[in-house]
Amino acid sequence: MKSLESILANHPFFENLESKYMALVTGCASNVRFEAGQFIHRQNDEANSFYLIRQGKVALEVCPPGKKPVTVQTVTDGEILGWAWLVPPYLCQFDAQAVELTRAIVLDGKCLRTKCGEDHTLGYELLSRLLPIIGKSMEATRMQLLDVYGNND
Amino acid sequence: MKLPISDPMTPEPYIVKQFIRETHDTFSLDLFPKNISDSIAFQPGQFTMLYAFGVGEVPISISGPAPMQSGLIQTIRKVGKVTEALDQLKNGDTVGLRGPFGSAWPISAMKKRDIVVMAGGIGLAPLRPALYALFDQRDNFGEIALLYGARSPKDLIFTNEFKTWQEKFGIQVKVTVDTADSDWRGNVGVVTTSIPRVDFDPKNTVAMICGPEIMMKYSVAELKQLGVKEDRIHITMERNMKCAIGFCGHCQFGPAFICKDGPIFQYNQVKHFFGIREI
Repeated sequence: MKSLESILANHPFFENLESKYMALVTGCASNVRFEAGQFIHRQNDEANSFYLIRQGKVALEVCPPGKKPVTVQTVTDGEILGWAWLVPPYLCQFDAQAVELTRAIVLDGKCLRTKCGEDHTLGYELLSRLLPIIGKSMEATRMQLLDVYGNND
Repeated sequence: MKLPISDPMTPEPYIVKQFIRETHDTFSLDLFPKNISDSIAFQPGQFTMLYAFGVGEVPISISGPAPMQSGLIQTIRKVGKVTEALDQLKNGDTVGLRGPFGSAWPISAMKKRDIVVMAGGIGLAPLRPALYALFDQRDNFGEIALLYGARSPKDLIFTNEFKTWQEKFGIQVKVTVDTADSDWRGNVGVVTTSIPRVDFDPKNTVAMICGPEIMMKYSVAELKQLGVKEDRIHITMERNMKCAIGFCGHCQFGPAFICKDGPIFQYNQVKHFFGIREI
């Protein structure tokens, strides 16, 4: 059976992270599993968790009042769920629901924030890994807003 | 096999053998030449000019197998007067057709490579003949990945074929939509987010991309970042094609005419003009 540290080390997000930091991060981590349809968090929940998806699929949904929930993004194997744990006011922006059986590693966001505050090199490492993902997400959102497949009217 | 017409500006009558409803705004026509007995020679990626009598003419991608096995299949999205008229056709009706025209996906130059096929919206239509051509000689290629994005689940075309493509031809298929309600169990996100989700060796990959220009722009950027060479990325361009033989100049794109020199280009041939608003 693989140790938590080796699972984390093999996840693309933590690829090539220095071993001393890997040990620190592992201290904040545990395995979790979500059944299809189970909510992982709800909009405006405190964002105290950071998930690394090992296997499965999670939908990020918004709920316009009086309408069916709209899925704005799905995350899947090898990807991450959530960065609100790092940015004040530490509140979840979307509902996150498992679309299928999903196995993940959850990292305690508060614990990680504390460790990043104590060791800025670790903080820089994590931000360096998160920022490209946030950037891609913003780029994707812009493309979605452009509605590139819609009618040209 | 022979070309259907001697004068490329004269439409040839074609009979609608079958009208196929693909989605709420997209349909395919299975067309047979009225006066020609031979099948038509075309290559994957080429297009024809379809003429709705009394309404007008539009460039339409060929979406069926090459060489054609039964009729000439063309897939059309209803976006204007001519395509609205074509949407009203019934089995047995007649349309005018000129072509085929334009450049083709360079399938024979892709042997021994991994292939990434990226389609956005109705962009899957001109790529389907390329996929069929790859399937015909499947052993000559490495990994084949189809990344297909659309606006919403109801806008996806050819979905009934994906399972066969995966199981029979061993290709990776990743479908994603820009937005969906919570009934949709598939992926949500732009098509570029699917690139890291498939296996291929960027150093040995050829890519074929067809979709809105902005989708192609971001797709090319992602593939290049992974290490796919520019001269192995092929895109298909769209402009206002009228004559389809490079005479009228309506589809000029920098120094090229999309109808004659394209619609399929090696990315590095057009990259200097790509995304320039004045062009």
